Amino acid sequence: MLLALAVIGVVYAALSPETGRAEATVSASVKDVTEGKRLFDQSCASCHGLNAEGTKTGPSLIGVGAAAVDFQVGTGRMPAANPGAQMPRKRPVFDDQQTKALAAYVASLGGGPAIPSKEQVDPATGDAALGQSLFITNCAQCHNFAGGGGALTGGKKAPDLHETTPSHIYSAMITGPQAMPVFNDTTVTPEQKRAIIAYIVETREEPNPGGFGLDRLGPVSEGLVGWVVGLGLIVAAAVWITAKQREND
Amino acid sequence: MTTPPTPKALGGVGTYIDDRFHSARFAGVNLRKVFPNHWSFMLGEIALYSFIIILLSGTFLTFWFNPSMHEVVYDGSYTKLHGVTMSQAYESTLRISFDVRGGLLMRQVHHWAALIFIAAMFVHMLRVFFTGAFRKPRELNWLIGATLLILGFVEGLLGYSLPDDLLSGMGLRIAEGVLLSIPVVGTYLMFFLFGGEFPGHDIIPRFFTLHVLLIPGIMLALVVAHFMILWHQKHTQYPGKGKKESNVIGTPMYPAFAVKAGAFFFFVFGVTALLGAFAQINPVWLYGPFTPAAISSGSQPDFYMGWLEGSLRVFPAWEINAFGYTLALSVLIPALGIPGLVFTPLIIWPFLEQWVTGDKRQHHVVDRPRNAPVRTAFGMSGVTLYGLLWLAGANDVISERLDVPLYGTTWFFRFALILGPIIAFIVTKRICLGLQRRDAAAASHGYESGIIKQLPSGEFIEVHQLLTEDAETVAVAKKEVPALAAAVDGDGVPSPGSRSMMGRVRSRLHNFVVKDDIPVGEPHGNGHGDGHGGRPELGEAEAEERKELRH
Repeated sequence: MLLALAVIGVVYAALSPETGRAEATVSASVKDVTEGKRLFDQSCASCHGLNAEGTKTGPSLIGVGAAAVDFQVGTGRMPAANPGAQMPRKRPVFDDQQTKALAAYVASLGGGPAIPSKEQVDPATGDAALGQSLFITNCAQCHNFAGGGGALTGGKKAPDLHETTPSHIYSAMITGPQAMPVFNDTTVTPEQKRAIIAYIVETREEPNPGGFGLDRLGPVSEGLVGWVVGLGLIVAAAVWITAKQREND
Repeated sequence: MTTPPTPKALGGVGTYIDDRFHSARFAGVNLRKVFPNHWSFMLGEIALYSFIIILLSGTFLTFWFNPSMHEVVYDGSYTKLHGVTMSQAYESTLRISFDVRGGLLMRQVHHWAALIFIAAMFVHMLRVFFTGAFRKPRELNWLIGATLLILGFVEGLLGYSLPDDLLSGMGLRIAEGVLLSIPVVGTYLMFFLFGGEFPGHDIIPRFFTLHVLLIPGIMLALVVAHFMILWHQKHTQYPGKGKKESNVIGTPMYPAFAVKAGAFFFFVFGVTALLGAFAQINPVWLYGPFTPAAISSGSQPDFYMGWLEGSLRVFPAWEINAFGYTLALSVLIPALGIPGLVFTPLIIWPFLEQWVTGDKRQHHVVDRPRNAPVRTAFGMSGVTLYGLLWLAGANDVISERLDVPLYGTTWFFRFALILGPIIAFIVTKRICLGLQRRDAAAASHGYESGIIKQLPSGEFIEVHQLLTEDAETVAVAKKEVPALAAAVDGDGVPSPGSRSMMGRVRSRLHNFVVKDDIPVGEPHGNGHGDGHGGRPELGEAEAEERKELRH
């Protein structure tokens, strides 16, 4: 019975207009959903409930969509080792196939945003210049101008974007994981999302023309280097040439 | 040593110049000018040399920089920003970075040299402060130095604003907010500076004029004045053998010091160039052009303004709303009150200290920091306050990198900013007094030699040896703070000066300075019999060695 419902869910999710773009879900087979259900029962149900309806320790997953699962599980944030203010990124517990299965199962429970297609997140086709202006108005206040990440209140932080895959960036924007707001398709259109991805990927891949990038942290690391390396070396030179000097020459 | 005859060609040039400028006497005196040999006297030179580097690299940058807010669409070599609308100021900064040959190197040299310049002014000022080198007759040069430091801050802030990237714009936004927080005139001042609403089109060209003309002009004049006064008043020197108030012991200007200073210039230049070549600073292309709607986390000013950033970040959000007006105490106090709290003592310190101690003597031999415990302790609490504010300015980076909660850092700094300076004062003063006691003990009893000797009676003693002449001079170098004129004269009549409120404050403060005084230890010579032998052999060998070096 439950299985039948799940299959109907998948079919609905694949056909419903809001997730119509998601080819990934279309391929989700009954086998995936069954496998996903098995993994869910093993690793997720203790916090999210046996039917993903949510418990005191974990939110309901009905309607969060495949994209949310792909992001949370694919970046290793879920399953969480230790529920805290924020789940840290870590080595994923599940492989791609298992993640897809879990995503298919969760999507079957109530639809929601689908995993974006390759084309939707292709940095090569995005407009990085447009992405730049979108990034500094929407993302930089938490993730920093170069995607280096930053501190948030309440023990949370915005992670750096150095490793995040284009697909996960897209999923994060449409699902708003943890402290991040949702940037739905009316706020930031899919084309603009691709532009942002293009900007992030191009920025992190471009070399630092000025030498060592000092972690692209801005004036804090620059000031540290200025004092420790700059002034440090010069004062060492002052000590050295004074010590080498013959007295009353 | 016999002087070799002057080569004919040189002699001819020399005579030609001398016939016209009568410069032989002047040069003769000044080329023999003596510079003390201690590395800490080179700290001010770092500032001087980096200032020269800033002037030269900055001149290079003006050849291409276009201080205009006129909007253009970018189509230069940095393809990622193709098609982005930006001001000409930002566009020309990108052009300098990517299209002008050597432009990025010059930009980075200019910026690194600016950081080193202000850092060097800091350490130079700390040296002068902690050794009491600002005392009479050098108070005015201290004032010039303090002015230079403040102008350095302003000049740096102006330069930081010019590229019109996202980071500069955020700095300007804070400047705007600070101006607006000033009661009554704030709004007018803001409109006057920006030529209308923020950001407007006037601010960049205005800052450019201030940055390349007015402020550096004033600074250059003050640097010259600073240097001429130094030249005229001569250097101070650390206490030591043969060093008196009436002499300066060190290296003559020509040839040795000229070589040393010349070499040092190249060290400063070399380090700056290395940083400019290998360490990226202010990557404006990553920040993107400024738009008032955008902001980045981890936005900090350059290090010297970090303390003001910190005071703004940790100050509680206080404001008063009355009669339809808002008094933004949360900006006014940290952005204008705190600098006043730091700069005022900095500027008036030499005069304040002179007034409290009543010390109007000329000082050419400097204090060891331990010998002026109250000054040193006060200085350390200032350094602590500054350092904590500075760290607070980077609280989001600290929180992010060290995984501590952001609000935790705010509360930590709120308490630390009040308690830290007090603890620093007490601890420093105690350390100074302890060191003074050690000096006094060493001067009167000699130092512990580590040699254990058994007396005929069977008693074991540790042999104390007298200090070398040089070490002894240093150990007894402390000068007592003169006593104030007695508050009550012989006939019991209170002196008019001490009766007023200021007089009472003064005698309280004077008492605070002198109450923990440790008497200077007098060497006893051989007075204690055994164990207090003559000068140690090692010392003699060392003295011999030094003598040889001098040949």
